[in-house]
Amino acid sequence: MLEAENLECVRGERRLFAGLGFRLEAGELLYLQGKNGAGKTSLLRMLIGLLPPEAGEIRWQGKAIRQQADEFRADLCYLGHLNAIKEELTPLENLLTTARLADETLSEDEAIDALEQVGLAGREDLACKYLSQGQKRRVALARLVKEKRPLWILDEPFVALDVAAVDWLAGIISGHLQRGGLAVMTTHQLVSIPAGNIRELRIG
Amino acid sequence: MLKIIVSVIGRDLKLAMRRQADIVSALFFFIIVVSLFPLGVGPEPDLLRKLAPGVLWVAALLATMLSLPRLFADDHRDGTLEQLALAPHPLGLVVTGKVIAHWLVSGLPLAVIAPILGIQFDLSNDALLVLTLAILLGTPALSGIGAIGAALTLGLRGGGVLLSLLVLPLYIPVLIFGAGAVDATVAGLGGEGHLSLLAAMTFASLGFAPWATAAALKIALE
Repeated sequence: MLEAENLECVRGERRLFAGLGFRLEAGELLYLQGKNGAGKTSLLRMLIGLLPPEAGEIRWQGKAIRQQADEFRADLCYLGHLNAIKEELTPLENLLTTARLADETLSEDEAIDALEQVGLAGREDLACKYLSQGQKRRVALARLVKEKRPLWILDEPFVALDVAAVDWLAGIISGHLQRGGLAVMTTHQLVSIPAGNIRELRIG
Repeated sequence: MLKIIVSVIGRDLKLAMRRQADIVSALFFFIIVVSLFPLGVGPEPDLLRKLAPGVLWVAALLATMLSLPRLFADDHRDGTLEQLALAPHPLGLVVTGKVIAHWLVSGLPLAVIAPILGIQFDLSNDALLVLTLAILLGTPALSGIGAIGAALTLGLRGGGVLLSLLVLPLYIPVLIFGAGAVDATVAGLGGEGHLSLLAAMTFASLGFAPWATAAALKIALE
């Protein structure tokens, strides 16, 4: 269960939002909406603990995330604007390295399977710098295929994806919700997620 | 705890191997700067022997500086630094891994090549041995202190110059005792005292610097 209470965000001299709160139970998805510059990404960065809120508190399983930083991060999977893949490494190495650093167990077969699912079969051993933008995004998203951690925080996950990939990702997210996971995401394109309880939050 | 450090070292070494040009250029910079001095000063063995420790150490400091700006900048640009910060471990341990990896690709090669360059300065065998040991013991401190500067200047325009201004003054103790170890050996006094102090500085900086660096990185990531 993820709870936010009375959050306030100030960037520079501007107050983006104040008094913001929500409560998300297992199996629920929170869609963050708002125009450009409303503070969607800032809110996500607060939720993952990288940006301390000006006021208010965020709780994970009933306990403030500041007091359980390592445990909270062990339950958290964050996918930002940036793909967080290394250009010099191959898609396969990228997946395995990311999993190892996050303390997850991911076998080579599982990683190859994940890459096949995102349509990168045959390119596992090609350095990522030779891939197109969309393909790099797919490498980043391949993490989600075998992701077991309960809380997903996704910043604009559908950007740069073709129609088939958008459907595929919607399926992956609904599978996660069906397993009792939670997800928070921002998006400008409303994509229908077939399963799970969907809530919306508008900022600004 | 050890696992995350080993994972980060493995990752950074693999990345460094894919970008060998970076390692090689810092090493060649060291070789060329050191080799310019005997050519410029001329064949005067007494003078060269006196200059050697200082020249080798200053060149080592500058060569280490060359690779520092990229210590976190690449990871910051492609978003992997965020993911490292979100790993379920204290960020200080991740930084420790990165500092060790930085030393393995920047400090260690300098120590390996230093005795060969020392021959140009007509150093005795004892002095060459102490020089190698001093560089081996002192360069991890350079990587550790440098990491703090690299994190503080992360994302700044013209950060490279600012980084040198921040970090080079902090390198002075390492320079003094590093060069002093060789000087003392040449003078027949024995460099053990200097080497012990260098080792102490290295352990202190490897213990404290990653946590200061982690605090600076958290500010840069806000």
